[in-house]
Amino acid sequence: MKQRFLNRINFTDIAVWIIGMALVGLIIIGSYKTIQEGNYTTRQWLDFVVFGIAQGSIYALIALGYTLVYGILRMINFAHSEVFMGGAFTAYFAASSMAKSGFLRENTLISLLVLFAVAMSTSVLIGVLVERIAYRPLRRAPRLVPLITALGASFFLQYTFKGLYGDQFKAYPEIASLKGSYTFGDFNITKIQIVVIVSAALLMLGLYLYVQYTKVGKAMRAVSEDKDVAALMGIDVDAIIVRTFVIGAALAGAAGILYAITFRQVNYLMGFIPGIKAFTAAVLGGIGNIPGAMLGGIFLGLFESVGPILFLDGLNVPAPYQLKDVIAFSMLVLVLLFRPSGILGERLSRNKA
Amino acid sequence: MEHEPKTNWWWKAIQTGLIGGVVGVLVSLIGMVESFHERDIIAGQISMGETLLLLLIVLFSFFSSRGTADTPLLKRLGSGALTGISSAGLVAGLVLLGSAVNLRQVFVNASPNLYKILTFENENTTSASLVLIGAGAVIGSLTALLHIAPPLWRRAVISGITIAGLIALLQDLLRITLSPFPAIGESIAWMFGTKGEEGLSVSGAIVIFIIATAINYFSATRGEAVQRRIRALPSGTQKTLRWTSWGLIGAFLLIWPQIAGPYLSEVSNSIGLFILMGLGLNIVVGYAGLLDLGYVAFYALGAYTMAVFTTTGGEITFNIQWTFWEALPIAILGAVFAGVVLGIPVLKIRGDYLAIITLGFGEIIRIMFLSDFLKPHLGGSFGIVEIAPPTLDGLVLNTPQTLYYVILAGCLVALFVAYRLRDSRIGRAWKAIREDEDVAQAMGINLTATKLLAFATGAAFGGMSGAIFASKLSTVYPHSFVLLVSINVLALIIVGGMGSLPGVIVGALLLVGLPELLREFSEFRLLIYGVLLIVMMLNKPEGFLPEAVHKRELHDRDNINEPAGA
Amino acid sequence: MTNILTAQSVVKRFGGLTAVNTLTVEIPEKSIYSVIGPNGAGKTTFFNCITGFYQPEEGEIEFNGRSILGLTSDQISQRGISRTYQNIRLFSNLTTIENILVGQHALLKATLFGPIFGTAATKREEKEALAEAIRLLNFVGLAGKGDLLARNLPYGDQRRLEIGRALASKPKMLLLDEPTAGMNPHETEEMTRFIRRLRDELGITILLIEHDMRVVMGISEKITVLDYGEKIAEGTPKDIQGNQRVIEAYLGRGSAAHIPS
Repeated sequence: MKQRFLNRINFTDIAVWIIGMALVGLIIIGSYKTIQEGNYTTRQWLDFVVFGIAQGSIYALIALGYTLVYGILRMINFAHSEVFMGGAFTAYFAASSMAKSGFLRENTLISLLVLFAVAMSTSVLIGVLVERIAYRPLRRAPRLVPLITALGASFFLQYTFKGLYGDQFKAYPEIASLKGSYTFGDFNITKIQIVVIVSAALLMLGLYLYVQYTKVGKAMRAVSEDKDVAALMGIDVDAIIVRTFVIGAALAGAAGILYAITFRQVNYLMGFIPGIKAFTAAVLGGIGNIPGAMLGGIFLGLFESVGPILFLDGLNVPAPYQLKDVIAFSMLVLVLLFRPSGILGERLSRNKA
Repeated sequence: MEHEPKTNWWWKAIQTGLIGGVVGVLVSLIGMVESFHERDIIAGQISMGETLLLLLIVLFSFFSSRGTADTPLLKRLGSGALTGISSAGLVAGLVLLGSAVNLRQVFVNASPNLYKILTFENENTTSASLVLIGAGAVIGSLTALLHIAPPLWRRAVISGITIAGLIALLQDLLRITLSPFPAIGESIAWMFGTKGEEGLSVSGAIVIFIIATAINYFSATRGEAVQRRIRALPSGTQKTLRWTSWGLIGAFLLIWPQIAGPYLSEVSNSIGLFILMGLGLNIVVGYAGLLDLGYVAFYALGAYTMAVFTTTGGEITFNIQWTFWEALPIAILGAVFAGVVLGIPVLKIRGDYLAIITLGFGEIIRIMFLSDFLKPHLGGSFGIVEIAPPTLDGLVLNTPQTLYYVILAGCLVALFVAYRLRDSRIGRAWKAIREDEDVAQAMGINLTATKLLAFATGAAFGGMSGAIFASKLSTVYPHSFVLLVSINVLALIIVGGMGSLPGVIVGALLLVGLPELLREFSEFRLLIYGVLLIVMMLNKPEGFLPEAVHKRELHDRDNINEPAGA
Repeated sequence: MTNILTAQSVVKRFGGLTAVNTLTVEIPEKSIYSVIGPNGAGKTTFFNCITGFYQPEEGEIEFNGRSILGLTSDQISQRGISRTYQNIRLFSNLTTIENILVGQHALLKATLFGPIFGTAATKREEKEALAEAIRLLNFVGLAGKGDLLARNLPYGDQRRLEIGRALASKPKMLLLDEPTAGMNPHETEEMTRFIRRLRDELGITILLIEHDMRVVMGISEKITVLDYGEKIAEGTPKDIQGNQRVIEAYLGRGSAAHIPS
């Protein structure tokens, strides 16, 4: 056994451990110093946490799309971030016309539902088209190939939407009845954050029940286990794959609306960063694993909103929020290095990974 | 397949046409048609925008004609025409809709100008639509006719049209190249449109088309014989022939900036920097099959290293003020070092994750350069200014025409290295990893070390490119190092052919050179890249100039004192 | 005769499934040794444990008296174990000769700078490697096909090339995973003779997984039979042919028939 241990150690492992430990060390020292200095009040910390959870639920919704597709096709759907963007960007026109006519103010709930419907159906349309044109013909191709078409589809979509709707930022109308917030002691939450968290939770619950208990859901799980065997069992694999894209895209469309009412700005590049973050979240939770994506999303959201201040402020880094994306990416690297299967993921065998 | 319900040929033709129509409406609405309309292909007659729509109809009619192959002539003609009609019909529908509703509230490019182009400036939209549909029918059936024609003729006509189109597009280039020879320029002036109306003249277009068609026809029928005759030459003569052609290419490369003038030299320099990066990324992606989407990080590191070591601006904490040649090796080594440091953790990760991790790294580098955290050292968003230009024997190389030689030298070195490595032990190991990582490992290849070598070599080229870039501009900003650079490089090696060295050059000429020359393209550059990546992967994953198969058993056998077995 | 490879109570599990269960195998040097068993008996898993593709949970594997557990498959290959695959895995976009040159990887020394500067040592090494590769091509019967892409070779040639590639690393022991699968009787006969030549002429120990009983019984000196990951019998071909448990494993309990031959 000792021999086995000695056999196994090599230079890169040591290097990886050193890098990992250095990062963890920095995080601990930074957090310790920040807390010791005590520049932030409990209320501020709680604000970060609430913001993180709201942001994280949006990531989680997008992450589900990555995870569902990865679970079935074992490929990263790079274009998913554009599916998210397309829905939110298109729904802007519905939102602004409803705002102009005053409908948005009077019937906020119906308007929101309309927005969800517009965004989700646009996203679904994009998702299905991408699957049909860029992925389906390549189902048996080497893995690099669909990855490249996915990348191509992503750029094509970004610049198509730029061409269609222009390259300006469009400001989503403010929803009057969702202004304001509730406060309980030090705990403060805006109405919008409530809407975001509740809708995300409902959607995720719905998805979970769908996959777990319906016939289609079971077929989806069968296909993700083994496409060929599922086909032998009489499952229409192509139809199930399309269904998967539809569900993933619909969730991304919904996430787009939640994003839009939170940040009130959309443009054709809005998908890129949330897309990568959501992918990180999916990996964090264990790609291919549905509860994992939800957990990973929330976790990443928290990490990102609390992290920069907690880890870096104590180290006297100026403007730590500029580095929040660096923190998220480093997180992705750390997870892939030390627990490639994610928090909840089962260990993929080498053939699958 | 037998149980598949048989769809009617006409319904299929219409379906194909409708897809083409949707694409046509899309390119109109995203502003491509309008923006391409500003350049004429045939002066005063046909613009690039109209050509775009025309080509779409031709393409889709070709598809539907191909779909009805082996059916009677009339059916094929009909299906081509139907496709043309339905494609044009959808575009006409857009015109009618646009005249009734103001689409511009949503679609920014649905401008009156667009409708003017689509209706050929006809005020009456109804009659214009009918004209449009009629034109669709004509183009569709002509395409079908072309498809029915014997392949030899078809190929000749297609290449004739393509070459005429290319000359029309690149006539600026042609004019500038010919400017040192005013006699030739004047004698062919009638082929081109007058000032303001670019493109070919009608007669010029016809003449070029006829010449190109004829050349293609004869090279297709007689080319074989010529090649055979060359092959029959004694090997000494063949060698001389080969060296002469290399010599001619070399001489051309050397005098090119003098012919081209500053503007085209500048374009060549951009192409050169991308060739350099392409050669580097080609080692990582093309040879070793590792999809690196953060390649720009090495370019950025090379550029910033050059900047930090040579700047005389004094805005940042460093004050080293080395010369270009002193800093260049440091920049390359810096990129290599970063390649190894980033590579060690990254390369333990398998498969698709690599793509997203490297993408993350590229962004981390850029964000760090941009951040206030490193601002005292790297200047934050203001970047670093007053970077030293290369000097040679007291001569300051800071014009495009002189920098050209630095970049050319860099490209030649990189080309040589990539060429030498391709068929070496390491090159084979890279390709083995690309083909099957597990088996490569079982054959005794140390995966991590071999991948690291690929990463480091690729990083070296990227770093060199970045270093030259920095001193070419004499300033660096974080904004120059966005993800799009990585994508640009990736696209060019995929279009050229992954793993292929000539492919990198052709890819850079097409994807970097063309958009520089045709400003109308640059707005849609990434959109076109996206489409190119998909189309290439679907139809020609090996690229336009696929990696050559290196023949060794029979070719090298003369050099080996081993009796050839049966 | 000394044992070149000994596996002591090797256990490999996948989740709840025990693919290889406390398997002990001792392979004498320069022997032809077969591992047989019904589909899913854990034969290929056992191969993967030897070549370092999988790490067994328990047990010990020694090669030439030294533990090879924990080593990566490239290190194991460098110690002298080479293999072929059940479903041929060539480098399909490389030529035949390049496939063999890749097999020589660990024996060659060139890194980056030798080839770039074209040093004399690198040139000589490359020349010798090429000569050796052509010699191997002749040996496996692929002379003249060196410049074809591996994926364009006919099936039988692909099998041969895979063995050629495995031989290129000059192994002391060769693991062949169903080398005659998909071959007609004539080709099978030829392959059987070829395997024997490998041992007789090159002195390589052969560990064989094979379904064709004629091949197994014809060339093996010793056989281990696996069923559900466990060893159910071991011995000479003669011992195995008469073994009741083996017959049951192959044909189900209560069957009186002999194993297929």
